[in-house]
Amino acid sequence: MNVCKAFGSKVVLSGLTLDVKRGETLVLMGPSGTGKSVTLRHVIGLLRQDSGDVWVEGHDMSLIKPLELFELRKRMGYLFQEGALINWMSVADNVALPLMENSSLSRSEMEDRVREKLKLVHLDGVWDEMPGEISGGMKKRVGLARALITEPELILYDEPNAGLDPEISQSINELIREVADTLKITSMVITHMVSCVRTVADRVVLLEGGKVIVDAPPQEFLNHEHPRLRRFLGKDPD
Amino acid sequence: MALFRGFIEFARGLGFQVGLFLQVIARFPHIPKRRAFISSQLYGAGNKVLHVVLLVSFVMGMVLSLQTGLVLADYGQQDKVGIVVAVTMAREMGPFTTAIILAATVGSALAAELGTMAVSEELSALEVISVDKVSFLVMPRVLAMILMAPVLTIFADTMGIVGGGFVAQSQLGVGSQLYYDSALESLQGLGGLLAVPKDVYGGLMKSMVFGAVISIISCAEGLRARGGALGVGNATRTAVRDSIIAIIIVNYFITWFLYQK
Ligand SMILES: Nc1ncnc2c1ncn2[C@@H]1O[C@H](COP(=O)(O)OP(=O)(O)OP(=O)(O)O)[C@@H](O)[C@H]1O
Ligand SMILES: [Mg+2]
Repeated sequence: MNVCKAFGSKVVLSGLTLDVKRGETLVLMGPSGTGKSVTLRHVIGLLRQDSGDVWVEGHDMSLIKPLELFELRKRMGYLFQEGALINWMSVADNVALPLMENSSLSRSEMEDRVREKLKLVHLDGVWDEMPGEISGGMKKRVGLARALITEPELILYDEPNAGLDPEISQSINELIREVADTLKITSMVITHMVSCVRTVADRVVLLEGGKVIVDAPPQEFLNHEHPRLRRFLGKDPD
Repeated sequence: MALFRGFIEFARGLGFQVGLFLQVIARFPHIPKRRAFISSQLYGAGNKVLHVVLLVSFVMGMVLSLQTGLVLADYGQQDKVGIVVAVTMAREMGPFTTAIILAATVGSALAAELGTMAVSEELSALEVISVDKVSFLVMPRVLAMILMAPVLTIFADTMGIVGGGFVAQSQLGVGSQLYYDSALESLQGLGGLLAVPKDVYGGLMKSMVFGAVISIISCAEGLRARGGALGVGNATRTAVRDSIIAIIIVNYFITWFLYQK
């Protein structure tokens, strides 16, 4: 994809060029407010570019017909930065929602799937709670379970481990890795954590000023000499 | 210039509302799938406002009875107060009072609910998991409102007539037997489209239209909300304001349609 995007007079992406191969896990890093979330929103068609083009699975996202987009999104998962749970539905219903709306599974099959995904994100005991009653990190993980429930082929994670404790954060990293490996999924992951880069990345890019500044495999990325990257990661990345 | 911009904004809003209404109609085949949610919305819409409707319409009936009763008494016609109260409640005040109460309570809540979803990415989330927003969020709420408004209106009509009877007896010296006989008799007139008392079904038809208008406007404003809590506040205010304006305007046209000579 190659995009330009401005909100009114505010230019966020200016000629960002990026491509992700099938089965690859790409990690996006960059300072807060550079447009990482905006980039992912273009991929799933929540935002339309001003110029340039975005291609997903052979579809030009600016020309895609509503029905095709509907079908394409069934094959995609998206984890929102804030979880974006439906606040008047219980945790279980939130996770089950994509299945309830677009599949013909029976009630008990759905429950099994929901239970399985909640277990993957370490939320076994949580079921009837409402989103307002659980913590931010838990919401994030419920959002992750919802993104995984349809077993999509392309998953976009917006900061999957921000706000989680180190232990759970690491296991979420491993989960992303595992999902990517076993199901041959294509993923794009936004993160600020070096540990996440180490665990999940096949390739890492650093965004700034609406452009890609560094694009490298994880080991090379972490030892890269680019001055902006060195400053971004700090002197001694953990 | 500001006035001009106001009109453009208004036209854009109206276009969105009409479009939304058509989409809701197109989603009516989904009713069986959404029935659980529709009934919970019905219960919510009815249960939370019934006491308000009862109280307000009771007092409306009292005021109506007192005001018209005093004028009628000047002509020695206070016996007719039952007719005036019953017809006015059934034709106008019942549906109108109910609609205003619904706009201020259920309508504002709809706008705030959907507005909060719009500003907190929940609507985007529904979009990316390929959930049809109109079918999932809007249609059940609109349908619940269309069904609930006439039911509440029946309560309002009844309470208004009872309230009027109370005042007729205590302040105007009109016996309750006479009052209720004349009230019920005045509502018997058949005519027009259906073979049921015209004043009653006319009022109920009105209230269904009001229910549709309020819910569509409130949902539309909610869906269009942008920019955090401030945006939700704006959406709610606009929803209530526009609903009330629309009710008043639509009311004239339905009345004209039903009672034109
Ligand atoms: N809907 C919008 N309207 C106007 N400006 C927006 C909108 N969405 C994002 N922006 C702007 O785009 C820029 C990039 O936002 P984005 O959310 O992509 O940042 P980010 O890289 O994800 O940051 P963070 O790491 O804090 O999540 C920000 O400056 C933001 O103000
Ligand atoms: Mg972000």
